[in-house]
Amino acid sequence: MLGEGILKGLGETARNFAGSFVSKERLTTIQYPEERAEPIEATRDFPFLVYDGNDWEAGLRCVACQICEKECPPKCIYIVKSTDKKPDALGKPQIYPTRFDIDISVCMSCQICVEVCPFEAIKMDTEFELSTTDRFGGLLYDRAQLARSNEYYHSIHPTEAAEVDARLAEEKVKADAKAKAAAAAAAAKAAAAAKPAVAAAVPASSEEPATKKPEAETQK
Amino acid sequence: MIEKADQIFVLLGHWLVSFLPAALQKPALVLLAVVAIIVTFPALFAITVLLERKGLGRMQNRYGPNRVGPYGLFQPVADGIKSLTKEDIVPLSADAVVHFLAPVLLVVVVFMGYAVLPIGRNMTLVNLDAGILFFFAIGASSELSVFMAGWSSRNKYSLLGAMRAVAQMISYEVPLLMSSLAVVMITGSLNANRIVDAQNQYTYGLPHWYIFTPWGFAGFLLFAVAATAETNRSPFDLPEGESELVAGYFTEYSGFKFALFFLGEYVGMMGISGLGTTLFLGGYSAPLQVLGFVPSWAWFIGKIMLSMCVFIWVRGTLPRLRQDQLMNFAWKFVLPLSLLNLFVAAAWRFMGQGFLRWVVCSAVLLIAYVVMARVGMKREHFGPRSYRYAE
Repeated sequence: MLGEGILKGLGETARNFAGSFVSKERLTTIQYPEERAEPIEATRDFPFLVYDGNDWEAGLRCVACQICEKECPPKCIYIVKSTDKKPDALGKPQIYPTRFDIDISVCMSCQICVEVCPFEAIKMDTEFELSTTDRFGGLLYDRAQLARSNEYYHSIHPTEAAEVDARLAEEKVKADAKAKAAAAAAAAKAAAAAKPAVAAAVPASSEEPATKKPEAETQK
Repeated sequence: MIEKADQIFVLLGHWLVSFLPAALQKPALVLLAVVAIIVTFPALFAITVLLERKGLGRMQNRYGPNRVGPYGLFQPVADGIKSLTKEDIVPLSADAVVHFLAPVLLVVVVFMGYAVLPIGRNMTLVNLDAGILFFFAIGASSELSVFMAGWSSRNKYSLLGAMRAVAQMISYEVPLLMSSLAVVMITGSLNANRIVDAQNQYTYGLPHWYIFTPWGFAGFLLFAVAATAETNRSPFDLPEGESELVAGYFTEYSGFKFALFFLGEYVGMMGISGLGTTLFLGGYSAPLQVLGFVPSWAWFIGKIMLSMCVFIWVRGTLPRLRQDQLMNFAWKFVLPLSLLNLFVAAAWRFMGQGFLRWVVCSAVLLIAYVVMARVGMKREHFGPRSYRYAE
């Protein structure tokens, strides 16, 4: 009959109206500045640069390879390579970024820079209260503003950071083994040069590039 | 004491003008009443907006505005300041004069409707003999302002919205008039005060409101539907359907002109609620004889606010109609029923005081309702949709 549905609907809204005063579960609103939602581990908004150790300038993992700069869809990353090399956290001499700027007013939080980075140097942050009264300079973050310690990374994304650390440690072991093998080979070569009768039969360690598989850590 | 409270505004007015020379007293009294209306109803409008925003929020399990002042009570003030300080943009190709006049006309017209409404005992601004006629004549002018707004904006959405509004308002004006005509027939007067007086009687402490008769009940429902459509209110808010028309006829309005449209719309709603109250809900009379000590104006305002709450409730419940549904409903259902209601009212008048007229009138209306709902509102089934794609 005509009107039945209208009455039913009116009843439903009346129930909701009255219910919202009675039961707190109905009101799902979190009143933001006073109340806050539970942090979600997979949250991401803008990228930051990871550094190891205590000194951000020395420990920056970034080697200014510029892959992220090239891959960034809205082109919000600006990198200037250094001309000299300087030892990174592992003591290996590396090129480093003299400038690493991210315009977070342009950044679209796509996480592609994180996915393409072979050095686990750029990760996504969870900090979202970034509003500023300076709309140009205030939203252009330089190296110092972007640098965050690995501990911070652990605190915001524990699972992901643990995976990254495990992978880096594995790579370090491999790199060490490779370096050891290379050293051994060099030593053997030197020995062979001394004793040419012995064939240089030292097998080279399995050639494996130090790059990681980017898809491994981005899947959520 | 009760008499004093009931007549407090009348006495206050007379006391205030008593300081003036005798020649000026009458115009001053009228002016005072006009100012009182122009101050009271926008204040009620502010309360309504707050009620609406909070009420709709609660219906959707939200809090609604709760930041400005305690419990968000100062939200209307903030809204007012915002719309007053906003930039007023007139499109370059718009007809500037008409564009300016449209909201002004709407507000003027809407306030003029209050001139004939009895807001309380002895509180009618102009006690016109043809008061109801005046109200409808003035109310019809709001269509003009809506069309002026839509046409002068030179915007396709505005024009479409205005076209829809005019089509809708003219269609629903007919049942609106027809349903109130029954009251005029029974009372034998177009004077709003006499209509209220006719309802302001009690039997066993219960009032003689027209809504408590079969034809009055049907008439009130039809009136409510038509009034909702007439004021472009959800679910009949097609002229401003934001999903398809941005904002309808006031798309190109910003700042204070937009606020005027908003004010006009709500004050118009209150005006038509006031008319419905006068016609069917006994105007300023108390719902029970024992409650007669409450001032009459309080009952009138209370009834208006109650109907505003129903408007809000309906808005929170029903989805917007489609244009063809809207027109079908007006011409195939509401209009025939309101015509029939006229005959039923006539039958009621001539069937004497007995029990029989209750049975006959209720039965006729009920049967008509069921049959018309079945026949007139039958859904047409076109079968499943078929699509043809380019090859």
